[in-house]
Amino acid sequence: MTLIDDDELGLASTEDEPRELDTTPIPADRRYRRIARSGGVVVFILLGLIGAFLLTSSWPALREAGLGFFTATAWGPDGDPPEFGIVALLYGTVMVAIIALVIAVPLSIGTAIYINEYAPRALRRPLTSVIDLLAAVPSLIFGIWGREYLNDAMFGFANFLTTHLSFIPFFKTEGSTLGNSIFIAGMVVSLMVLPIVTAVVREVFAQAPAGEKEAALALGGTRWGMIRTVVIPFGRGGIVGGSMLGLGRALGETIAVALILSPSFEVVIRILEPGGNTVAATIANEFAEAKPFGIQALLAAGLALFLLTLVVNMFAAAVVSRSRSGQGVEL
Amino acid sequence: MSVDQVPQEGANPFGSPAPPPYQGAPVQELDPWTELAPEVAQPAAADPLDVARNAEVHSSVPEQPRALSKFSASDTAELAGSMLAAVSLTWLIFFRLTPLFGASGFVVVSLVTFLAIYWTVVRQNHGRLAAGERLAGVVMAIAALAAVLPLGLIIFKVVAEGLPNLRLNFFTETQQDTGPLDPATAGGAAHAIVGTLQQVGLAMIISVPLAVLTAVFMNEIGGKFARTVRFVVDTMSGTPSIVAGLFIYSVLILQFGAGFSGFAGALALMILMLPTVTRTTEEMLRLVSSGLREAALALGAPEWRVTLQVVLPTARTGIATAVILGVARAIGETAPVLLTTFGASVMNWNPFSGPQSSLPLFVYTGIRSSADTAVQRAWTGAFVLMAIVLLLFVLARIVGGRDHLKR
Repeated sequence: MTLIDDDELGLASTEDEPRELDTTPIPADRRYRRIARSGGVVVFILLGLIGAFLLTSSWPALREAGLGFFTATAWGPDGDPPEFGIVALLYGTVMVAIIALVIAVPLSIGTAIYINEYAPRALRRPLTSVIDLLAAVPSLIFGIWGREYLNDAMFGFANFLTTHLSFIPFFKTEGSTLGNSIFIAGMVVSLMVLPIVTAVVREVFAQAPAGEKEAALALGGTRWGMIRTVVIPFGRGGIVGGSMLGLGRALGETIAVALILSPSFEVVIRILEPGGNTVAATIANEFAEAKPFGIQALLAAGLALFLLTLVVNMFAAAVVSRSRSGQGVEL
Repeated sequence: MSVDQVPQEGANPFGSPAPPPYQGAPVQELDPWTELAPEVAQPAAADPLDVARNAEVHSSVPEQPRALSKFSASDTAELAGSMLAAVSLTWLIFFRLTPLFGASGFVVVSLVTFLAIYWTVVRQNHGRLAAGERLAGVVMAIAALAAVLPLGLIIFKVVAEGLPNLRLNFFTETQQDTGPLDPATAGGAAHAIVGTLQQVGLAMIISVPLAVLTAVFMNEIGGKFARTVRFVVDTMSGTPSIVAGLFIYSVLILQFGAGFSGFAGALALMILMLPTVTRTTEEMLRLVSSGLREAALALGAPEWRVTLQVVLPTARTGIATAVILGVARAIGETAPVLLTTFGASVMNWNPFSGPQSSLPLFVYTGIRSSADTAVQRAWTGAFVLMAIVLLLFVLARIVGGRDHLKR
């Protein structure tokens, strides 16, 4: 609403005409845009190069192994004849990741809910900082801690599982030793997954609409009732996306697993006993002693791992970005 | 009841089976408390009297509103009493009844017992709804505690194992003259520290400009391709560190025939730092108020000057935070340097040729050694590494915590 009539100013008669705008940037700005764009292009190409170089470098080994690469469980690329396959390694990788997620995801959801809904205001920031700090701890430190401390500390628990729950095939044991196992590796990896999942879940939970939360409370719902009916359903996408991100991290975890597992190249069902191996840990362990062909085989394994995590991460990035409107994860 | 019976009053005229005659409300009482009583009995199965008492008490309690947010003395007593009961019961189970052992098992069993007892107690005193509410709160708090506790355990262990053997010579000497019979305090990790500084420094020099450029592209210019790049960066941040090492190995060492060197390690670290720094920087650029940008543009400044003289200076502490976070991530990475620098026990000042050690590598090889002294030295290295990471983390908080949007 204007206070002065258009008529008084004599504007009513003249038709409003948009001024012609020249939106083409000046040459200097065009150069600036091109340079900034080149940064994006380099990053884009880098990801492609990783896949391409791994493929070309590992090609001889892949051709030699043929389909056996996906069926054999042994790992002896430097033997005669060379025999190596990725089945047992992929199994170990996925198993460690699943154990990690089974432990980490419920804990993350609980932690996220506690920080967002239950914790006293003064405790929220410190708690968030501590969880972030957990993400900053190098995996090497987790690894040596798992190797020298958790392995022994969990003996009683592992023993408890195998004594009372041995009807579950995973918890059965036949040997006399426990530890250095896929189970311990999964527990340690869960600690590394936890901050990632918590960060994503917390962020999504925080976006639950305040109106609906208050409505639930106003209808006489308890706090837990409100969380169960509003916060969690609203954050389901975040839980899935965060878990996928965590899965990507867990699949690629190297040093901690390499330090904890006592490697064996077979499909290990009894996860409480020593043995089993993952793709990443195999690369780290075998690299130093591998002959040229062995290195090509390791590169092939690395390629498989790269593609696996790529798919998982792409899916995660898509889910997460959809569930929180275009914002990415910083970690 | 069958169809050929005599139709009764009110029978269905459509030929379908007649409903049974109305005989009043079902005799069965649907009292929720007695219905649910067996559940209550589960945790306290030892005492069947409890079940009966539960049913009795609850059917007689009249409904009344209660303040959910209040946490009175009796509530605290319930919590503390349940804890005490749980721990005592677990102690009984562990040391008197069954041959269980191990601290971890004890904790798990007493936790489960505690939750069961607490739920029963609150239910008995305040009803089912309140019991669920309290139990949920306690479970969430336990989850948060379980998430935080390992960090404390890790820091404690690293300090306890690493600090006692830390001497000044750890920073000044190398492992060149250290024999297997020397004590854990002999020799040092100067070669590893120098390697880490050089590799991370080089990685920083390469990745930070590229990351800032990419972030500027994503935030200041935007467009369809920028979204693709953001997706790629997100994907890259999840790339396993060992794959980054393999990539540099296959490019530099297999394709170009260069030997192991600190520089190769730096390139691998660069790949890992890049997504972290890019994403954090982009987030920081997004915080710069668009008013500043528009003001500069309205004054006739070209875009490049707006970015260079307004946006980047405004976000500079944010960018510093991003760099620190990237360094903190790169400094502890072992897998990529394992494949590219190979490691050494002597000083190598030149990052561009010859194997070089680094702090994570020093710890990794030490902890796998069969010699006790090497393991102890590895713990000392881990302590130093952890201290550096903690320091960087705190630094990032301080720098990032300042109100970097003013000035």
